[in-house]
Amino acid sequence: MSSDTGKFGEYGGQYVPEALMPAIEELEDAYERYVLDNEDGFMDDFRERLADFGGRPTPLQRADRLSERYDAEVYLKREDLLHGGAHKLNNALGQVLLAKYMGKERIIAETGAGQHGTATAMACAHLGMPCEVYMGRRDINRQRPNVFRMRLNGADVNPVTVGRGTLKEAISETMRDWAANVEDTHYVIGSVVGPHPFPAMVRDFQRVISEEAREQAREQAGRLPDSVVTCAGGGSNTMGVFAEFVDDADVALYAVEAGGSSLEVDEEAGVAPNSATLSTGTEGVLHGSRTRVLQDRDGQIMESHSVSAGLDYAGVGPELAALVDRDRVTAVTVDDDGALEGFHRLSQLEGIIPALESAHALGYVEDHHDDLGDVILVNVSGRGDKDLETVLEETHGRDIEGAPDIDTFETTGGFQ
Amino acid sequence: MSRIAEAFADGPAFVPYLAAGDPDYESSLAYVEALERGGADVIELGLPFSEPIAEGPTIQSAIVRALEAGMTPTRYFEFVEDLDVDVPLVCMTYYNLIYQFGEGGGPADFVRRAAEAGVDGFVVPDLPAEEAGPLREACDEHGCELIFIVAPTTKGERLERIMSQVSGYVYVQARLGTTGARADLSDRTAESLERVADWDVPKAVGFGISTGDHAQRVIEAGADGVIVGSALVDIVATGAERGDPAVTVASKLEGKARELKEGALRGASGNERPHPERT
Repeated sequence: MSSDTGKFGEYGGQYVPEALMPAIEELEDAYERYVLDNEDGFMDDFRERLADFGGRPTPLQRADRLSERYDAEVYLKREDLLHGGAHKLNNALGQVLLAKYMGKERIIAETGAGQHGTATAMACAHLGMPCEVYMGRRDINRQRPNVFRMRLNGADVNPVTVGRGTLKEAISETMRDWAANVEDTHYVIGSVVGPHPFPAMVRDFQRVISEEAREQAREQAGRLPDSVVTCAGGGSNTMGVFAEFVDDADVALYAVEAGGSSLEVDEEAGVAPNSATLSTGTEGVLHGSRTRVLQDRDGQIMESHSVSAGLDYAGVGPELAALVDRDRVTAVTVDDDGALEGFHRLSQLEGIIPALESAHALGYVEDHHDDLGDVILVNVSGRGDKDLETVLEETHGRDIEGAPDIDTFETTGGFQ
Repeated sequence: MSRIAEAFADGPAFVPYLAAGDPDYESSLAYVEALERGGADVIELGLPFSEPIAEGPTIQSAIVRALEAGMTPTRYFEFVEDLDVDVPLVCMTYYNLIYQFGEGGGPADFVRRAAEAGVDGFVVPDLPAEEAGPLREACDEHGCELIFIVAPTTKGERLERIMSQVSGYVYVQARLGTTGARADLSDRTAESLERVADWDVPKAVGFGISTGDHAQRVIEAGADGVIVGSALVDIVATGAERGDPAVTVASKLEGKARELKEGALRGASGNERPHPERT
């Protein structure tokens, strides 16, 4: 893996309109100087802000009741306790700070679930930068609390109505804005996707998760975990929690993708009722890099699906795709039902309401804990407050193990 | 001399763009043919991709209409074969469609099929010169041109890298941003033309050109051609919205094409006419 060429095996690269290339080169230069070489103490500044503003380090919590249930030691990396309620702040703060060091005057971002947009809006408020966030109309409707949080932090939220109105359309729209305003604007990409240097840079900002987790596991469990399990959409929390374990050959790494309602693809309609890019996608070029994508035979990008908006994306980070290709990371799937069960289980057994994204990882541990060894580390990438309405709606009418009687809530307006 | 070089050889070239299959296959054939009657010297024919990151809302909507009407790469090549035009055709699309076509896992199959159908060259807005090696090779093998875009931000080493790859013509982007008709022209056009002045390929300026007067001024500024997309796509969109017969829309396109071509010719002859936007 080399970050100087921007290629991870066959994946990566810079497939963007010519107008953006100089900005990408400028960013590459800034990434090397400030992030890799700590010029002007950038990384020290970043880490200090992550601690004071962000609340790092986040705990690695031993989950006693899950441990008992699985007859293994289960540890939860609590990224849900980071300021903003998800791992997204690590990257957003890093990029907004970098933009500031670069002398940029305006921040734009796209968001799916709203977590990245929220984190970017918070980082911009913290650092005094104007911020505009593009968000699919459909995602705006299903993530209203996050939209309000962005507005509260002073960001403008621009609805994207093209196509189905989800993350991939929002990314395209943000790239357009960037192409028009590239000279004074930085585009904070929310995941380890896009043209080089974004995949490497976002991974480096998220790497703090595994730096902490690795040390914490040593201290608390007395050794490294046998397996690290986390959800994968675009792959930013995934690469964040994997990065420092990649060279530990004895630690198995599991990327849990959204199996949605089915892994079968409706070729005719051009729809994948899942977001399982690593598991079912094929090599292609999307949003600036060569990676695995969900596409039809012609190469048109398919609509994806997941009960969790944050995983609902037809592409995935090129480095993660390369790690799966060389069998260092195992890509697996959990469907919508499994994720909902994981959501309710953690809420009831541990008093932690996880993001629906993270609930996929918990769903996988439930079904496969026998294969995951004695010490299992699960990344709880975010908290589930943003998902409460979705969970109410999606649990209603389904047979979800461990769920409270949602039908009662729906008919009476409250639990009895 | 290639067909594209010939098209630029006799004075200023008018290079219109339409998305193939917008709003449907049959009408679109008629619209492209109308452009030739209106004076097109080269036609850029868009092959719709689901994520057109370099396009503004006008062309993006055209792409959505064409995709919904069933346009695919295979249909596109049939479309090119069904077209009754003599001018050279440039396929404008995104790299994933080129890369995925056929069995090869590379651009070779796409370029072979395109050349066979009668495509003379390619513009691929998301393929920078650094990644273009395999496509360049396939183009050389099949005698096709590979056109690159030079943006107002393109300078220094990047310019040289593009110069070493470009053939046919260089697409000079008149302004930052995505495609789309504008009321006024960017003053960065002249500056951009200046940077590529000593390149040994024709220079065609695009992005934001919508009137005969614009076309005239672009040619006066030293361009060898004008590229016009959104202003023409707007006519198709309006026709589709109103449900106008294809023949009506085609005749409007022909009229607009003539206005643009005549503007370009005026620019070349130095035949100054009053500029309403300047007075």
